Amino acid sequence: MTDLTKLTISELREGFKAKSFTSLEATNAFIDAIDTSNETLNAYIVQTADIARERAAASDAKLAKGEGGALEGIPVGIKDLYATLDVHTQACSHILDGFQPRYESTVTQNMFDDGAVMLGKLNMDEFAMGSSNETSYYGPVTNPWKRVGEQTDNGTALVPGGSSGGSAAAVAADLCAAATASDTGGSIRQPAALTGTVGIKPTYGRCSRLGMVAFASSLDQAGPITKDVRDSAIMLGSMASSDPRDTTCVDMPVPDYEAAIGKSIKGMKIGIPKEYRLDGMPQEIEKLWEQGKAMLRDAGAEIVDISLPHTKYALPAYYIVAPAEASSNLARYDGVKYGLRVDGKNIEEMYENTRAEGFGEEVKRRVMIGTYVLSAGFYDAYYTRAQKVRTLIKRDFETVFDNGIDCILTPATPSAAFAIGDKEMAADPVKMYLNDVFTVTVNMAGLPGISVPAGLSDEGLPLGLQLIGKPFEEGTLFQAGTIIEEAAGRFNAPRWW
Amino acid sequence: MSVDTATVKRVAKLSRIAISDERAESMKAELNTILGFVEQLQEVDIEGVEPMTSVVDMDMRKRVDEVNDGNKANDVTANAPASQNNFFMVPKVVE
Repeated sequence: MTDLTKLTISELREGFKAKSFTSLEATNAFIDAIDTSNETLNAYIVQTADIARERAAASDAKLAKGEGGALEGIPVGIKDLYATLDVHTQACSHILDGFQPRYESTVTQNMFDDGAVMLGKLNMDEFAMGSSNETSYYGPVTNPWKRVGEQTDNGTALVPGGSSGGSAAAVAADLCAAATASDTGGSIRQPAALTGTVGIKPTYGRCSRLGMVAFASSLDQAGPITKDVRDSAIMLGSMASSDPRDTTCVDMPVPDYEAAIGKSIKGMKIGIPKEYRLDGMPQEIEKLWEQGKAMLRDAGAEIVDISLPHTKYALPAYYIVAPAEASSNLARYDGVKYGLRVDGKNIEEMYENTRAEGFGEEVKRRVMIGTYVLSAGFYDAYYTRAQKVRTLIKRDFETVFDNGIDCILTPATPSAAFAIGDKEMAADPVKMYLNDVFTVTVNMAGLPGISVPAGLSDEGLPLGLQLIGKPFEEGTLFQAGTIIEEAAGRFNAPRWW
Repeated sequence: MSVDTATVKRVAKLSRIAISDERAESMKAELNTILGFVEQLQEVDIEGVEPMTSVVDMDMRKRVDEVNDGNKANDVTANAPASQNNFFMVPKVVE
């Protein structure tokens, strides 16, 4: 019998329809796979096998009657950042100890309404702050990919990227058919690139943020990580919606994203921004980018050199805006309303002790940077200036799109996956931040961006290319992303675990 | 701009995060690395540029001013580390 864990959403959907297998069979296959693999990979921090089997059986009843939604019976993993009714939701932080929300996030509710089956909650960097999944209170996730010649238990363990490292690793290791993720500066696209999976961050406002643990509210967006581009379109179609309970969520109908798959890109204008060619960029990234251009050109697109002059300022501006918003959002964790409480002599000491013990080091750094840049006397010099730079970054993109560019092709990351515990990254926070150098511009401008696997590094690790689109034109990204996927093929991690 | 140890302690106080003298010292170096990195924003010409307030061009949706939710005191306090009769319990704040 086919290994059901290896199938895409669309293949599972076909199989359910043809009655080749049931959702319960698929769900049990994933539960077995998690039982076997999770101790090594640490992708899931909580399993919800009973809930999964119950929902799968309900889906099978619907499917038997020829009914069901877009994700009917599809086993998925949910990033620990999404509020799930009565199920562990801590954004992988110690400070939310024991938190089980009494409500459901809009995104997960949309998916469950469409029939999705939740297998469990996925590991992530604490409060989505990180690019390697090493800041999680529940320990790092191991990337299912290892370097060629090291594909054994003893070979160097690599990070899956972050912050959605659990989501990316679970999809790459066939521990779910697809996963939810979230992206504030690259947290969907960077881990997708490092694990050979597909990740899209939609336009700001396309998905509701209600019930997503807030990091930086003007940048946070939900999105999926999947095995292929078609699945990405299917998942986003379910996750996206309008929502009267999130005022920044747009009142626009969700298009049929899947209809964009397979459409010709003949005559499409693809921009290549010269500012993304960094000094000291590895040759293999340069080569991958060239190959991407050739794939799109061969399919009839026109490749156009463009300039986005403020690109280099996106990352420094992000490291003012995001910590500033985080310091405000994380003020709610005070040991009173939920989670951890560490007592003190008085209420103020209780706050301080709770936050000192509950937050990890990266979170403390960002809360303190944010507090500093918002403090009296520094607000204009830092925060207002960064928000003005953000206007300029967005204007760069608008100018290019006004000149007829349909989408932009860039590398997704400056390198392939690196080792867990990398000393240079651990010693210098800015080195870690540079992982997001190609993705963060997209959050600053609120645009949609997709990462599609496009090749392997010299060491045999997956590398991704990023496509950036106009606001609310995710369909164009699925259309062009499919071309890259068809030309490059799909990449599966050789099994060592 | 850079911060000294006294500033780190003041920021920790404003952030309501207890910090030891030793950690304040190492945190100073980490924060200065980040502040050094964002320093390059000073070279951008921002004359006449409006600061961004909303990344998507949209009017904020307003709802009708009417009660449409509530009576969920049990749910609201369900996750509190200490609660009694739907009140959050905190250490004594007035003598």
